[in-house]
Amino acid sequence: MRILLVALVAAAFPWAMHALGQDFYTSFATRVLIYAMAAASLNLVLGYGGMVSFGHAAFFGAGAYIVAILAAEGITSLWIAWPVAVAVAALAALVIGAISLRTRGVYFIMITLAFAQMMYYVFVSLKAYGGDDGLSLPGRSSIGLGVSLSNDFVWYYIVLALLALVLFLLHRLLHARFGRVIEAIRENETRATAIGYPVYRYQLLCFVISGAVAGLAGALIVNQTSYAGPTLLHWVQSGTLMIMVILGGVGRFWGGPIGAAVLLVLEEVFSASPLLGPYALHWQLPVGLILLAVVLFAPQGLAGALAKRSQ
Amino acid sequence: MLSLRDLSKSFGGVVAVDRVTLEVRAGEVHALIGPNGAGKTTLIHQVSGSLPADTGQILFEERDITRLAAHERVRAGLARSYQVTSLFRRFSVLDNLALAVQARSGSSFSFWRPLAAERALFDEARDIAARINLTRVDIPAASLSHGEQRALEVGLALATRPKLVLLDEPMAGMGLEESKRMIDLVRRVRESVTVLLVEHDMDAVFRLADRISVMVNGRLIATGAPEAIRRNEEVRRAYLGDELAA
Repeated sequence: MRILLVALVAAAFPWAMHALGQDFYTSFATRVLIYAMAAASLNLVLGYGGMVSFGHAAFFGAGAYIVAILAAEGITSLWIAWPVAVAVAALAALVIGAISLRTRGVYFIMITLAFAQMMYYVFVSLKAYGGDDGLSLPGRSSIGLGVSLSNDFVWYYIVLALLALVLFLLHRLLHARFGRVIEAIRENETRATAIGYPVYRYQLLCFVISGAVAGLAGALIVNQTSYAGPTLLHWVQSGTLMIMVILGGVGRFWGGPIGAAVLLVLEEVFSASPLLGPYALHWQLPVGLILLAVVLFAPQGLAGALAKRSQ
Repeated sequence: MLSLRDLSKSFGGVVAVDRVTLEVRAGEVHALIGPNGAGKTTLIHQVSGSLPADTGQILFEERDITRLAAHERVRAGLARSYQVTSLFRRFSVLDNLALAVQARSGSSFSFWRPLAAERALFDEARDIAARINLTRVDIPAASLSHGEQRALEVGLALATRPKLVLLDEPMAGMGLEESKRMIDLVRRVRESVTVLLVEHDMDAVFRLADRISVMVNGRLIATGAPEAIRRNEEVRRAYLGDELAA
């Protein structure tokens, strides 16, 4: 029931905003949907797999940069650029995961962070593709079929459809054998091995799937903002995704999307001058306080609190 | 069925397992006893594959498994339980068992078909729950009593359909009544599975074991039938003391 309502609101949103003459918010909502996808991908490894990856921006940023670089080289077709972006992000996750997953705990957090920072500096030093300044996209990827993604209306629905598809596939995966195994590994890795599961392989595949989804979100964000810069790969970006997941609910199916929506809305509200005037520059302070309150009073995140209320 | 040949393990300068050679015969209950710190659990870790052997060989059904990964040994039919209860605490009892059944029935790299539709897994999990006398299968493993958790601990090992099961102190922390139930359970297990039993409860050991091996300071000092072990002078001096002399 609730999911139908959410779908309905999401589908009607651009029309409502258009009717109200607030088309800006459609573009804002698109950004929320893209971050919802990125946060959901992080929640797969962090929440369900128990792998605290502090370098998820690496895959998000890689997806974004691949689309921008291909565009700079004249390849703008979505049918080529996006799959390549996803594949490169998955490959990066395979390499980073294969090494990082040999460690545990704090070491895993640090090594994923280190890899992401390495990627950040690689792109900063790529002078051919903007270096520090990043790379702007001349226009959105071309889809063919006589449709143009430059229309924000169309673009919103494309992103919404992709997010719905990704969430649907994640839901299937989590309720199939694979999902049960990765949750079991999170619960008790030693025992999972002792009943015959090759833990490393499951974790690595989970990591790669998550990286691929983050790569797709990256391909979308570069189309959204028409710009791929090193900040997309910076550790602050990884931290933001992690905050979204914690805010929404670690290991909760809707944790990623809810966290992304709430954080971006808070940021929007508190950084807009009408509310706080000159203090809007310091929007991080109220957002931080709210985050603190959520962690203290709803340790299972907002999705967890919602689930508890409806019981 | 299981042969250990000159198996050793040191931690820094401490020799935990010192050239142990041991043969577990198919169908028997073989008990491994010894004082605390004798190296019994280290030996179990080596056999199950969670610790590598420094030197020596482990043969299981004539196959060298010394270098096999822990999960591959389970596939080969060698399962274990833990001295400190190790369950999927937030999963239900049924889900715990179904997960172990799932591990050996088909690939778990399955991303589409809902697990809930796999009736066979849960039917078999129910059978195992009945075998280990657990009736409350829908509650989280964490809310079982200590004795029930110990039974589930053994059940998880059984669910992998092992040929040989390593039971690491299944009676640990149990009262008299619970111990009795565990002894019954091990008796039922042994009808189909070879058992290597590490246990401190001498009463249980002498009731269950066909043969007993005694480990002291990392070394195996004796192997034999319970009566022979009871009479063995060296064993008495090193371990059993006077409590069994009567």
